[in-house]
Parts: sequence; C-alpha cells; structure tokens
Amino acid sequence: MSPLLEIENLRVELTTRDGSAPVIDDLSFSLNAGETVSFVGESGCGKSMTALAILGLLPAGIGRVTRGSIKFNGEDLTKASDARMREIRGNEISMIFQEPMTSLNPVFTIGEQIAEVLREHRDMNAAQARSRAIELLDAVRIPNAKGRVDDYPHQMSGGQRQRVMIAIALACEPKILIADEPTTALDVTVQAQIFELMRDLGREFETSIILITHDMGAVAEMAERMLVMYAGRKVEAGPVDQVIDHPKHPYTKGLISCVPHLLAELTDERPPLAEIGGIVPGLAEFGRNQCLYAARCPLADDKCLQERPLPLAGKNGHEAACWHVEKVS
Amino acid sequence: MIRAISIRALYAIVLLIAVLVLNFSMLHLAPGDVADTIAQASGGADPEVMDQIRRDYGLDQPFLTQLGSYIVKVAKFDLGYSFFYNRPVTDLILERLPATLLLVISAQLLALIVGVVLGVISARNPNGLTSHFVTGLALFGYSAPVFWTGILLLIAFSLNLPIFPSSGMRDVTIEGGFFAHTVDVLHHLVLPVIALCSVYLALYSRLCRSSMLEVLGSDYVRTAKAKGLSEGQVVYKHALKNALSPVITLAGLQFSAVISGAVLVEAVFSWPGLGTLAFQSIIARDTPTILGILFFSAIVVVIGNLITDLVLRMIDPRVGGKA
Repeated sequence: MSPLLEIENLRVELTTRDGSAPVIDDLSFSLNAGETVSFVGESGCGKSMTALAILGLLPAGIGRVTRGSIKFNGEDLTKASDARMREIRGNEISMIFQEPMTSLNPVFTIGEQIAEVLREHRDMNAAQARSRAIELLDAVRIPNAKGRVDDYPHQMSGGQRQRVMIAIALACEPKILIADEPTTALDVTVQAQIFELMRDLGREFETSIILITHDMGAVAEMAERMLVMYAGRKVEAGPVDQVIDHPKHPYTKGLISCVPHLLAELTDERPPLAEIGGIVPGLAEFGRNQCLYAARCPLADDKCLQERPLPLAGKNGHEAACWHVEKVS
Repeated sequence: MIRAISIRALYAIVLLIAVLVLNFSMLHLAPGDVADTIAQASGGADPEVMDQIRRDYGLDQPFLTQLGSYIVKVAKFDLGYSFFYNRPVTDLILERLPATLLLVISAQLLALIVGVVLGVISARNPNGLTSHFVTGLALFGYSAPVFWTGILLLIAFSLNLPIFPSSGMRDVTIEGGFFAHTVDVLHHLVLPVIALCSVYLALYSRLCRSSMLEVLGSDYVRTAKAKGLSEGQVVYKHALKNALSPVITLAGLQFSAVISGAVLVEAVFSWPGLGTLAFQSIIARDTPTILGILFFSAIVVVIGNLITDLVLRMIDPRVGGKA
C-alpha cells in the first residue's frame, strides 16, 4: 500500500534580508493511513514550516518550495492550483494551531466558525451545518453544547477553545490532522485531556495525525513513529520506542536527557536539569555542507565540519544523520 | 443593551449641562457684548443708551443669575432670542441644521467608505501602487487645511474647469420637481464634501491599512485560511470585521472635528449651514445664537458618539463586557 502522504527531498526557502535560507533542507518522510507521526525539535527547526508547506500556507512572498514534492494520495501538492489547495485545506488535511487564545476569530460565534467549514466543504445549508456543529461540540466534550454554540471565543477557557479548534479541524473528517504544538499554551492537566481527545477522535474518524511538539512525553504517548529535526534537517527518524530507548543521533540523545524526571518523594534530592549547551545556528548558516549540530556536539570532529552527514537507514526504518552513529549509543 | 443605552443617555445629559455652563462662562469672559455691536452699527452711542440696551437684554444682571435663567430656558427647549437676526435662536438653528448635517454626514460617510476600501486594498498589497497612493494621500490630507483644499478645488473645478458651482446649496433658477432639486443640491454638495472629507479620508485609510495589516497577520486569519476558505471570505469576512473596530472608534472621536471643519468649509463655499451662521454671529457678538450653535453641536457630537458605541457593540462582542 502506498503511503497517504509522501514527502520527498523537500526544500523550502525563506527570503531574508541577506538572501534566501533553506528552512527545510532535503526532508523526506511518509505517513500511512491511520498512523500518528511526531515531529520533534527545538523552536525554529522547521517543524511548523513543514506543516505550513503541506497545506500550501507558507508566508506569501517570503517562503516557497524550491525542490522536492509533497504527494498526498499520489497528487503533488506543490504543483496543485490555489483552488485545489482550498478544497483540500480544512477538508482532507486540516490543522490545529499552538495558540488557542488567538486562533479563533473573536467576532464570530464558535458555532459559526465550525459551521462555516461545513458549508464550505460539505455543501450543507445553514441549519444542517449548525446542528452538525452542535454534534461536533458534543464530540469534543464541551458540556451543554447546545447552549454554548452561540458563545463567542472570549467566553471560553483556553482548553475549551482548543477543543473548538479540534472540532473545526475534524468537522469534515479529514484524512490528515496536523497538530502544531496543540497543548503548549495549556495547563498540564488540560494537556492530557486534549491528547486523549485527539487520539480518540483520530481513531474514530480514521485520521492520520502529524503531531508537532517538543514534549517527549506526548510523543511517547501519542505517536507510533517520530522524526527529529534540527536546523531544517531531519537528523533522526524511526519507531518511537526504538528512538527513545536507543537514540542514534547525539541531538536526540541530548533532547531525551533534557526531560525532567518525576521523583518518588518530593523530598528526594532533585538532580540538576540537563540542557543542550549552545544555541541553534542562525538562518545564515542553514544549508552549509556540514553537520549543523557540530558546534554543540560533544562528538564533533573535523569531518562533521567538512561534510553534511546523510540519513543512514538502520533496522525497522530507524535512521540517523550522523557520522558517529556507533559512538552515540 | 437597553441598560447600556440608558446609562449612556444619563451621562450625556450631565455632559450637556457641563458644556452649557462652560460655554456660557467662556463667552461671558470674552470682552464686548451685543450693546457694543449695536452701538457700532448705529455709528456710536452715548453710555446712557448702551446701559439702557444692556438693561433691556438683561445683561446688567449678575453672572450667576444670567447663567441660571439661561439653563432654565434651555431646559424648556428655548435657546433664547437673537438680537442680531431678530428671530428665536431655535428657529435659526433648525433652519440651518439640515444643510450642515447633510454636509457633515456625507463627508464622514464618504471618508469612511473610501478610506476603508483604500485601506484594505493597500493592506493586501503593502508594496503596491495603491499603497503608495494612500501614503501620499495621507501626507497631503494631514498637512493641507480644509479651507485651503477648498479654495484649490474652487480654482480648479469652478473657475478653470467650471463643472461645479462655486457657492451656495441651491440654484434658484432650477425648475422642476423633487428629483431636479435633489440633483441640484448634490451638484452643489460635491466640492464642499471633497474638501471636508480630505483630512478624514487620509486618517481613515491610513488607520484601516495598518489595522488590516495587523489583522491579516493574526492567528485567526491563518486559521481561516487553513479552513480552505476563499481569499475573499478570509479578507472581507474574517479580517475586515476585526480591522474595522479601530476605524469606527476613530470616526466617532473625529465626529466633533468634522463639525468644526464644516465651519471652515461652509465659509469657503458659502454653504448655508450652521458654520456660516456661527461665523456671522461671532462677528456680531450675538451671544444667544453662538451659545445655541455650540449647544447643538454638543448634542450632535453626543449622539454621534452614542451611535459609534452601538455600532462597535454590534461588530465586536467583546466590547461592553458580558453580552
């Protein structure tokens, strides 16, 4: 069976004042139907750009796909017309954003914001769309959906707004749901509920999920496969348990060691929080023929600075882009 | 909603009384009164005659007595009697008010509509031709006083290229029914409205441009795009409704300024409105008329602000607390 979504050698460039920089550099990955894949990495590593590239929503006039393809059911989205992309957005591929507080339009009721997408893609009339909107609010577990359908976003909490966003995203039972850090802005207790909701509804609608996050716990909980990005490049990918238990790339290993551990007793001595020293390279350095992580890597040597390592495939599709894979584990 | 309106109306009444007291006191402080004007007009008078005039008009009473009796009269919808025009002030004002309202409201609406359209177009393409045009227009609008713009328009379109009349509101020679007269008034209206709206057009288009630019970059516009909505729905439904709030707020605040601008424009185009009346009564020191006009302007501004408030509430559910 061919994958639902297949990205091959994707390169996305952003035009900056000093010329253009590849914010996504030679990215390949595939997503099967019903599967959840997680994108992990620091801020600015290209996770969100990948999501926007899939939806064709790269910042106009600044970002563009310069190489590679994004095949959805065999159709190359990088070559699709604007009208075709609008048919796909919100219908076959939809997206949830990081900021529930600002992602809903403050001047329309939540019912209208859900119904709108149904009228657009499902040819429903106003009454049908409204009653479906109430059903969806119920499905995302908003109490008293009927009474709240005419509420405005400012009358809801952050968690509720994110539920509304999920209702909008799932309204047309999309094939793919892209969730861009959906719980970063939320309370920890609410985070778990949102993940559970996404997982349950994903199963119910047979929707594949691309989960963008930097929460390792969420990855372990939600995803079957994961993909670690650094400075616009894929540095490691593979089945989640395999990558977390035996990281092959020093960056992945660093990320995992940064996860704080719960203590058995609150009075236990807390080990210092780990961190990865240094910072992500500036955009100007993206695209150089070297390992971009070398400046922060304890294993780096001359070779890392002279040539870019390409992803090496291992067993079960566990791959890593590092010259020193054998030294990592 | 009704509660909000009644609270607003209560504030408005208090405000109007304050305006009344302030106006009266300021005019009282200014040197000269109607006795001076009458004496001047009749080529001089001796002090006894002037005292007699002041006694006749009650100007010899103490300040507070005069103020008190004026407020009582206004409360009975009597704005006093104009010594200069020999008519009740209320009649004078009601006769002139429609012309001014026509001018002010047309100018305000034109500035708003054209300003919003220009603002939206230039925000969608911030480096395009329209955007530069709006910037240039704003610079001109800000810096050119309305009376000067008015005179330029007169020279251009009334003198050199005579397509519009230079003064007044009606052509007495026009015959025909209601339609012919309406067209005639509109024909006279064009130049004064353009002159008056130039400043506000600049203001609104600039504000709409920046507010629209901000909204177009917002998260909910990205959400709207991710829903697969068309460009038109994203811009005119999701973005514009949000971008309008600051423009309407400003338009409400500027309403009073538009009225004072109308005084100048009316003077340039001899438009038979309140502005011309105000101008003439100030020269004539016709205190009751000036006070009456100021009071009426205050009422118009208060009503304008009330309408602004209501429109804002309709557009943005967050305004005014719990819906």
